[in-house]
Amino acid sequence: MTSTTDIKAIIRRHRTRDAAFAVLGMVCLLVCIATLMALLVDLAIDGVGRLSPGFLTSFPSRFPGKAGILSAWVGTILVMLVTALAAVPLGVAAGIYLEEYARKNWLTTIIEINIANLAGVPSIVYGLMALGLFVYQFHLGQSILTAGLTLALLILPIVIIATRESIRAIPGSIREAAYALGATKWQAIKHHVLPYSTGGILTGVIIGLSRAIGESAPLITIGALTFIAFLPPAPVQRTFPFVNFDWLASPFTVMPIQLFNWVSRPQQAFHLNAAAAGLVLMAMTLAMNGIAIYVRYHSRKRIKW
Amino acid sequence: MVELAEMTPTVTAAPPALKAESKNVSFFYGAFQALKKVNVNIADKKVTALIGPSGCGKTTFLRCFNRMHDLYPGNRYQGEILLHPEGVNIIGPEVDPIEVRMRINMVFQKANPFPKSIYENVAYGLRIRETNSRSVLDGKVEQALRHAALWDEVKDRLQNLAFALSGGQQQRLCIARALATDPEIVLFDEPTSALDPIATARIEELIGELKKSVTILIVTHNMQQAARVSDYTGFMYLGELVEFDVTGKIFTNPSNKLTEDYVTGRFG
Ligand SMILES: Nc1ncnc2c1ncn2[C@@H]1O[C@H](COP(=O)(O)OP(=O)(O)O)[C@@H](O)[C@H]1O
Ligand SMILES: [Mg+2]
Repeated sequence: MTSTTDIKAIIRRHRTRDAAFAVLGMVCLLVCIATLMALLVDLAIDGVGRLSPGFLTSFPSRFPGKAGILSAWVGTILVMLVTALAAVPLGVAAGIYLEEYARKNWLTTIIEINIANLAGVPSIVYGLMALGLFVYQFHLGQSILTAGLTLALLILPIVIIATRESIRAIPGSIREAAYALGATKWQAIKHHVLPYSTGGILTGVIIGLSRAIGESAPLITIGALTFIAFLPPAPVQRTFPFVNFDWLASPFTVMPIQLFNWVSRPQQAFHLNAAAAGLVLMAMTLAMNGIAIYVRYHSRKRIKW
Repeated sequence: MVELAEMTPTVTAAPPALKAESKNVSFFYGAFQALKKVNVNIADKKVTALIGPSGCGKTTFLRCFNRMHDLYPGNRYQGEILLHPEGVNIIGPEVDPIEVRMRINMVFQKANPFPKSIYENVAYGLRIRETNSRSVLDGKVEQALRHAALWDEVKDRLQNLAFALSGGQQQRLCIARALATDPEIVLFDEPTSALDPIATARIEELIGELKKSVTILIVTHNMQQAARVSDYTGFMYLGELVEFDVTGKIFTNPSNKLTEDYVTGRFG
């Protein structure tokens, strides 16, 4: 038997360790936050001075004071659009197929392992693949279309995995409820599985897009330009048929490439431009993550399993 | 039609209008045989209960009736379950499981409403039967909710999420959902095992009401429940049907020693 005083001593010892870890954890957290804040503040101090409407509406220029990021942010948005339009339907459908239709055998196991591994492949390898496939084989050119599809490849594994995980989170009893009423597999998917997993899928899509938006290596590999002083043709027009797909074939640049281009120049003034572009890119990423958080919050609030 | 020779004398004594009969039903999960030649007669518009210790195959047997086992690979049926009046063998491979599920609905052990509104939960079975007229849906939803003794509690909040209901209400909602499509048989798999005594009593009362209009097959490991709600009771053990008779006889004067031991609480 341990006496009461012994127990008190033991508890005190345990409490001390408990408190020690709390302090240690807090210190680690502060180190992380402080580093990030320092980076952010540094970027902001350098860049904020260059942020102006003109910076957003000007093309790049030899003169740092006149240079802007118009072609870069328009390029980024258009490329992201293609990426999302390609990766979401493909990835979601593939995820649904794997989770709901595919038989569980060695082939699907191999496919699953491959998808998980593809998520970890360095992005420049996707660039090489895309150069061979989209540019040389399919002759899609060094275009927005090629860029969008390349980044779509890059984020497909993320979308597929997110889709599967959020589908798997739906309890079997809900599916059985639908089947027991006479639903077909597709009805169960359309009426239940997909609606209940939208939040998780969208979160995955946005995590994927947040990764894609910062990529420069694969796009340089497929031949993105670094200096471009015109915009792609507008996707909408006044005359029939009101939409225009010529922009897909247009050359382009994107924010991270513009940023890299400026950083690699010797003049200090261009470095300030790079910092400002970095701030804009971060704002774009934050905006996307904000949407993700909003969507997740709203879908979680509705559905608790 | 009805093969009287198949039945035990006590059952023939009762009016044997049969809704379904299982004939030598065996069932396999892969190589594991969970049911061994089970013969049960399901009387029309009566409550038939299956009792037996956990793992004896009650759920497995129940889920044969709406072909739920077809959802998972490696499952295999043997024998026949004839659904009357046509006498079609609903576990026959040529019969479409979806057609069977359109006729025989199910209430599960744990309430499993969809994360949709109360209204949409009840309407779902109708929607997949392509009933889209708002007025028809409204009528059927109300009727089903009344049938399930839930209407008064939810009539002012039909558009609220079903998850906001209590456990007992959710289970009655699932009953309403199963009733809305006018099924011929409703299967209940231990529908009250997750509920408190008051909610349980309400559902037992409800089952007593429902048998006026629908045939009920209920699985329970609660013997008092079987005694209270059912007209016929089958006792299952290790995948076999040990004894099947009118409920009063099973509980007061069973002919099999094993049944007697079980209903008197000597094991299980
Ligand atoms: N999906 C399954 N795969 C393999 N065996 C199963 C499965 N479901 C149930 N069993 C087995 O079948 C037997 C009967 O189970 P079940 O019908 O659930 O019993 P009960 O409902 O009477 O408790 C048990 O031995 C159980 O382990
Ligand atoms: Mg069971």
